[in-house]
Amino acid sequence: MDVTRTEVATRPSGARARRGNAARLGLLAVPVAFFALFFAWPVAAIVARGLRVDGVWRLGRIADVVTQSDIRHVLWFTTWQALASTALTLLVALPGAYVFARLDFPGRQVLRAVVTVPFVLPTVVVGTAFLALVGRGGLLDEVWGVRLDTTVWAILLAHVFFNYAVVVRTVGGLWAQLDPRQEEAARMLGASPLRAWRRVTLPALAPAVAAAALMVFLFTFTSFGVVQILGGPTFSTLEVEIYRQTSEIFDLSTAAVLTIVQFVAVGAILAVHAWTVRRRESALRLVDASVTARRPRGAGQWALLAGVLATVAVLLLLPLAVLVQRSLDAPDFRYYRALTGDAGDTFLVPPIDAIGNSLQYALAATAIAVVIGALAAAALARRDAGRLVRGFDALLMLPLGVSAVTVGFGFLIALDKPPLDLRQSWILVPLAQALVGVPFVVRTMLPVLRAVDARLREAAAVLGASPWRVWREVDLPLVRRALLVAAGFAFAVSLGEFGATVFIARPDNPTLPVAVARLLGRPGDLNYGQAMALSTILMVVCAVALLVLERLRTDRTGEF
Amino acid sequence: MNTKKYCAVVVGLGMLTLSACGSSGGASASDSKTVTLVSHDSWAVSKSVLADFEKQSGYKVHVLKDGDAGQAVNKAVLTKDNPQGDVFFGVDNTLLSRALDNGLFQSYEAKGSDRIKPQYRVDQDKHRVTPIDSGDICVNYDKAYFSKHRLTPPQSFDDLVKPEYKNLLVTENAATSSPGLGFLLGSAARYGDDGWQGYWKKLKANGVKVVDGWEQAYNEEFSGSAGGKKAKGDRPLVVSYASSPPAEVVYADPRPKTAPTGVSYGTCFRQIEYAGLLSNARNSKGGKAFIDFLVTKEFQEDMPLNMFVYPVIEGATVPKEFTEYGPAAKDPETMAPAKIAASRDQWVKSWTSLVLK
Repeated sequence: MDVTRTEVATRPSGARARRGNAARLGLLAVPVAFFALFFAWPVAAIVARGLRVDGVWRLGRIADVVTQSDIRHVLWFTTWQALASTALTLLVALPGAYVFARLDFPGRQVLRAVVTVPFVLPTVVVGTAFLALVGRGGLLDEVWGVRLDTTVWAILLAHVFFNYAVVVRTVGGLWAQLDPRQEEAARMLGASPLRAWRRVTLPALAPAVAAAALMVFLFTFTSFGVVQILGGPTFSTLEVEIYRQTSEIFDLSTAAVLTIVQFVAVGAILAVHAWTVRRRESALRLVDASVTARRPRGAGQWALLAGVLATVAVLLLLPLAVLVQRSLDAPDFRYYRALTGDAGDTFLVPPIDAIGNSLQYALAATAIAVVIGALAAAALARRDAGRLVRGFDALLMLPLGVSAVTVGFGFLIALDKPPLDLRQSWILVPLAQALVGVPFVVRTMLPVLRAVDARLREAAAVLGASPWRVWREVDLPLVRRALLVAAGFAFAVSLGEFGATVFIARPDNPTLPVAVARLLGRPGDLNYGQAMALSTILMVVCAVALLVLERLRTDRTGEF
Repeated sequence: MNTKKYCAVVVGLGMLTLSACGSSGGASASDSKTVTLVSHDSWAVSKSVLADFEKQSGYKVHVLKDGDAGQAVNKAVLTKDNPQGDVFFGVDNTLLSRALDNGLFQSYEAKGSDRIKPQYRVDQDKHRVTPIDSGDICVNYDKAYFSKHRLTPPQSFDDLVKPEYKNLLVTENAATSSPGLGFLLGSAARYGDDGWQGYWKKLKANGVKVVDGWEQAYNEEFSGSAGGKKAKGDRPLVVSYASSPPAEVVYADPRPKTAPTGVSYGTCFRQIEYAGLLSNARNSKGGKAFIDFLVTKEFQEDMPLNMFVYPVIEGATVPKEFTEYGPAAKDPETMAPAKIAASRDQWVKSWTSLVLK
């Protein structure tokens, strides 16, 4: 059925189809140029620096490095912990996705924003907070005498903590818009609740679940801060190893080989994912999210709600509460007041200024990410897109799979000559953050864009609308929600982005995470307290930003 | 016509991006009135002291903090053909060879370098670097723990492997952390090329805990620091700096009468930080003036409470917080940069498989 529909879509007239293709290629030009300039080139430059000696490629190094037993050990650990983390996250967060999408309960909006906060906190803060939960003297230790801080469980749980929101927002976003009447119709026709869910809802959700699983896998496969802090020096992922080789040991050739290995692995995963998603996607009936949520009914739904709320409280809120508690652990908000003063010249500006910097950078990064991501998504959404174009879909995700240190060092040696001497320019920070934000925009928008009933577009095209007008009048109103969710994600990710920012951010313009890391890097009570206070502020800023976004979203949904 | 519209949008957006880059690209670092200092994140100086230099020399100082000590050096090496500044401050004796072998610096003998104490001087024939400060990486102890348990704090490397200090010490990964590496080098200086591995075997058997970074060791695991107390740290011994106890006093509000932590002076390794004039510096004249400034009495006396390091020139007064709570080690372990360069990577590798695996 899909096939016939597609054929119709490409057939109104040969000229129109060609024009459509040309337009799509035009749309793609901007994202392609952006990624070539700010991603491919810098990464290629730093890899070449490692593997090219006196103008000769030393590809033999690849075999040397990957056959070392400790490198093989790193590869194995990276893979299995990512698989385990992904499975665990889906297990814990899918009920949450349902509850936040379909059940209406007081405080839902606030809580939806709050569960996203961990995702955007810098790992150094999360590690600190999480140790308080599963480490020595933490809740588990005090109640059951169980300590997880040196086991792999701490890493897995922290990964769930981090990525809970990815599943809730990606899957829940679509779930909230699925027409419940379809499932009800199946029930009416005699299907059991489980069967109705399995045959109607699950297939519709599959692309979003796959997208979420992919994101979680990518994040955990390339996990850095969490593994370093919670796993101690015995557990090492590829990303940690690349960081060590580049930044500490300065063995650029080993780092280059590992970068290539990670690149290939991530590329393969993305290719498989793109393939599975294409297999499963279908046009969905999307409805306004505000009509799908209902007050919980029956013992089952109440139990589910209670279970999800308990999970959120223990796994997400408790570590965050520890941060707040530590930031207040001095009379008269002393740590907060210290932020406005001169912190012993650790900064050229009072730490409090970091908030303004962070917001500015994040806004710029969001603007870049949304423009680039939306253009890419619009070009990629059509089912009749060529193989080449679809391949670009997977390529856009690669920045998530490349170490921030590689990109940061790449910027340093690639963007160093006029007209692109950006090494000391403020724009580098939002650019680097946007690299990480674009995949979110694309990922969030694509399932929704692709789910737009193609017949609507065809009808518009038959009635003489130009492709631009079709997009504006058919696609845009339907995906506005997705666009806002995407912008929210991009904003939040930029706000908390640490890896690349810390390499690039100027000392007189530190972002919040960079300022936190600097404060944590100095001894003394006041510095530690200020770090906790700034983390709390970062948390609140994120929560407020996400909350505003939720509001904005409901206002807009009234329009269509 | 529609295609044209598309193109207009695309080109428009492209221009927007490029103009955003173009207008802000390239700082004003190249003009001759500005000196650009490239350093690590710990660089700090009192505003008044820096203002004095700017006033006297007529140069405006632009500071570029470029990551932690190791990263800053690595980035400087990567960009040495087209450096980001004129002066680099913050390469220490453990990484000095990397900077010198890669040709990071050009020769310049600072005015006033005759005041520098002889034991800190290196590279005497070429004068590519000038020593600026020194610090001691030493085991710190939690005074409360040892008085509560009526135990004498350990004083030496030998003490640390004794059974009464079992499971008390936390240190940092020598592969990723500067104090961790310093402690390893200290043990190698103390026990020699052949002896240090045996020492670490004993240390491991005695329950040494290794974490990745100083932040975690000091602020999470160590029971004596302000952060560690809050995190309920349970290791009363940590590898940190001799200047950490003064920091615990200076950054406490209200200030305690005495430091909550002490230093085991027999476990110290001396770290020395250098500055140099970058090869291909755009403003080498200004860079030279800035290096001269770094060895003036005014800057040297300002350093301790800003960066928690000790001066290297004769006659510089050390603040009383330092003399009271964290004087420099009298007889620290030392190692020549050449020796460190020759052995560092191999030692770290052996250490990793010995201690971490």
